[in-house]
Amino acid sequence: MEEETIVVDRIAEIWGTRTPYPRDGLWPVRVDQALAEGVTEADIDRWVQSACVLCSNGCACDIAVKDGAMVGIRGRAGDLVNHGRLGPKGLFASWQGMSHPDRLTRPLIRENGELVECDWDTAMNRITERSRELLRTRGPLSHGFYTSGQLFIEEYYALAIIGKAGIGTPHMDGNTRLCTATAAAAMKESFGADGQPGSYTDIDSCDAIFLYGHNMAETQTVLWSRVLDRIEGPDRPKVVCVDPRDTEVARHADVHLAVRPGTNMALMNALIHEVLANGWWDEEYVQAHTTGLEQLKATVADWTPEKAAGICDVSADDIREAARIFGTSARVLSTVLQGFYQSAQATASSCQVNNLHLLRGLLGRPGCGILQMNGQPTAQNNRECGADGDLPGFRNWENPNHVQELADLWDVDPLTIPHWAPPTHAMQIFRYAEQGSIEFLWISATNPAVSMPDLSRIRRILEKPELFVVVQDLYLTETAQAADVVLPAAGWGEKTGTFTNVNRTVHLSDKAVDPPGEAHTDLDIFLDYSKRMGFTTLSGAPLLSWSGPEDGFRAWQECSRGRPCDYTGISYDRLRGGSGIQWPCNEENPDGRERLYEDGVFATDPDYCESYGHDLLTGATVGSEAFRATVPAGRAILKTADYSPPHEEPDSDYPMRYTTGRTAYHFHTRTKTGRSRPLRQAAPSAWVELGPNDAQRLGIQEGDMVRVSSRRGKIEVPVRISDIRDNTVFAPFHYGYWDAGGSPGAHPTAANELTLTEWDPVSKQPVFKNAAVKVEKIGHANGPAPAPTTTASRPVAAARNRMRPTVGGSDAHATEQVDAVPPPHFPEAIKPGASAPVFSGARQGQVGRP
Amino acid sequence: MNVNIYLGMLHRAETTLAESFRQVADGHASEPDVYALCHTLAKQCDEHSDRLQPVVERYGEASDGEPERLHAEGLSTTRQGPLGLLRDLQDLYLLGSFVDVTWTMLKQAGSALHDEELLDVVAHCDHETSVQLRWLQTRMKQAAPQALVAAR
Repeated sequence: MEEETIVVDRIAEIWGTRTPYPRDGLWPVRVDQALAEGVTEADIDRWVQSACVLCSNGCACDIAVKDGAMVGIRGRAGDLVNHGRLGPKGLFASWQGMSHPDRLTRPLIRENGELVECDWDTAMNRITERSRELLRTRGPLSHGFYTSGQLFIEEYYALAIIGKAGIGTPHMDGNTRLCTATAAAAMKESFGADGQPGSYTDIDSCDAIFLYGHNMAETQTVLWSRVLDRIEGPDRPKVVCVDPRDTEVARHADVHLAVRPGTNMALMNALIHEVLANGWWDEEYVQAHTTGLEQLKATVADWTPEKAAGICDVSADDIREAARIFGTSARVLSTVLQGFYQSAQATASSCQVNNLHLLRGLLGRPGCGILQMNGQPTAQNNRECGADGDLPGFRNWENPNHVQELADLWDVDPLTIPHWAPPTHAMQIFRYAEQGSIEFLWISATNPAVSMPDLSRIRRILEKPELFVVVQDLYLTETAQAADVVLPAAGWGEKTGTFTNVNRTVHLSDKAVDPPGEAHTDLDIFLDYSKRMGFTTLSGAPLLSWSGPEDGFRAWQECSRGRPCDYTGISYDRLRGGSGIQWPCNEENPDGRERLYEDGVFATDPDYCESYGHDLLTGATVGSEAFRATVPAGRAILKTADYSPPHEEPDSDYPMRYTTGRTAYHFHTRTKTGRSRPLRQAAPSAWVELGPNDAQRLGIQEGDMVRVSSRRGKIEVPVRISDIRDNTVFAPFHYGYWDAGGSPGAHPTAANELTLTEWDPVSKQPVFKNAAVKVEKIGHANGPAPAPTTTASRPVAAARNRMRPTVGGSDAHATEQVDAVPPPHFPEAIKPGASAPVFSGARQGQVGRP
Repeated sequence: MNVNIYLGMLHRAETTLAESFRQVADGHASEPDVYALCHTLAKQCDEHSDRLQPVVERYGEASDGEPERLHAEGLSTTRQGPLGLLRDLQDLYLLGSFVDVTWTMLKQAGSALHDEELLDVVAHCDHETSVQLRWLQTRMKQAAPQALVAAR
């Protein structure tokens, strides 16, 4: 095959070079690579296998190592997820985000109000002294753990065992609560357990793709490249976009429903109404494989497109057209993300997406899938391993047999494992800390001082002198600055472990280099704590006696055995060299499984399911008896609730709607991306977006400084006039204060200064995408706003050619090699297991050049 | 016929429950879920009274003149702190249970009377009341360990 390597400015060209392909074709390979300045391929000592951790897509990559340092990254051609591609964040902030001189290299403890360096013994002793004293005087409920969507399986599982079997606290959660809790909740309600029904390969085969509150072009840039390559192919799928902003997705959409923030449920009810009213549903499938049709019919009975159009402020004809595309396309893929998950009625709206697919039986076949997306690279593992409070292996806390299984596995008393109530979600953990009943809070790899809602409140809680805060991170984040003990952690490329992306693909990330200074891996820190605390099993053995990550992986495999997320057929060895593997991977599925529920049998058997479900309006648990009485027996549940308006609506004091989100160039609170020169230059500082009508009404021009305020606080930033819908203000959530003196100062920039403390009743995910605000001009422009021109923050057409487009220049050069090798496909791309026959054909994706 | 007595009891109880939900919502506004959901459920109680209205118009509502021996007067004020929240939710649970069982008795009457309108109202409202109770129980079970064991 013709090989051609070209150089592309991947800041200017976020999605890189197009490689169009037809329906049911294989997505061509394009190997993306970026090396440090002055480094050539010939200089590289070795390539070390990994996968990218700068979004949830899970792009497989190899890390270039020279003289013991990471100097470059390249996409893995043979991996089923990315076929060699990487996005701008992976190219420019993966190893670069780890190699910055700001890295923490020694533990810190607070002495006389100041953080001072110390050795590990001193830091760990301070933690264990406080921990022991509190366990003795106040008991396990005094301890809370708030972790991440960034750690590895082995680390989450260690943390889950420490929390549930060592200490016995229900107060464990991760920032996955902010990004992906609704994905899990919606799948548990509809299908009985977490686990993505679809696969990325459904993009290859679909006739229509619906993106619900999912700005895929910026949140998962490589996945969007796959969609773009279908769009540019000979038989493009129809695209329907639900988003209040004029995103790149909206620009390619056949129907763009720019709904008023907070009204998703009204739209979903109307779409279902249309599918039912027009007879576009599959009666046979619904009868055989679902329950709850009558309730669903009753709920949507009066939800005509006109009624929803009035509430959502979109045209009824557009709703009808979207419904027609859904109802009449042979194969439909739906993807859902924060526009639904962080908005009003999050779980209910996301369940309606599942319901649309169930009504048409569009599941478990190529091109027919649902991707209830994740926001973070390892969010899935937090959910699986139970570091988010759920029980490991998608076990059901209300099922005593499941609790007993864990007690047997860990050799502990089942009463130690907290299962008397739902796990405590993140917002409630902080509430208990605020009230003083949680006095020990261990935060790992996350930055709540910027990422949680209503920041002035979160800062007050973290600074409470009675609250003992441990922070384990790469950098001295805003949160770490408020800690009592700071532990320097090793990160990506500096440790070995596994993690799983949105579509259940498990990747291995091998250690490429040593961590800086005295930084320890998160796993070693957790194991050290467990050992120092002397946690033991019933037979007196150490609770955690793993010597390293591979021990942890094997322990996790045992925990996952027989559960929906079965890892027993995967090993480090199988993951080295081949493609990532989609769970379940076991005797029945030796190469993993591309799609779930092909046979229409769901995980709702009461003895097997992860949850008995909830009432979607209130979050009331259904309970074992009532659930069993509905005899779900493997049928999916058409769960629903009526529309109820958002709790904070615009009024005369705060007349506009406020929503927040990501830009393509940054991740989270910029701890890595803000330390990458090309990414920092592409989106250097905060802004807000206003539509042209609102700007004119308020006398505001491009780049003017404004104050945006809500009942909680204010931000003061320049304005980008973009094509966002009327009466709506958008702010990117990345811009905290670590690079601006550490605190908000006179001109706060963090989007969450304004957001409200409220959460979905089922998933407990905070509502970041709806608040009431007012906007006032406070200063004249010094030039355009610092917002990228290449993304949803693109200026309105009239201003576009007066503005310098976002480019990266030579800093942002990456190479792209198209069609380097034939595309990988399932299952040939999977390395055989030890007992499986050796595949005789050519195998892609070995380390080293193809 | 004494249906009018039970209609009167239920109407008063739903009104009391609505007021009490609002009282707890505002008294515990620092618990965002309690604040939001108690207001939502208060509105549900108001709606129940509205739905009952056509039935009340047919049968009337009355009191049996007996003194109330078990007082279910609603919450006059809210308590404070984690334990106070638990106690207040428990009071709501008691009021809700009274509403719930009163709906059940009206269902019995409606069945005996073959009154489809009454049975439709009961089916809708009693289901919502039972969800209210389930939510209260879910929320109390969540709050109880912390309030009873860990709170200072």
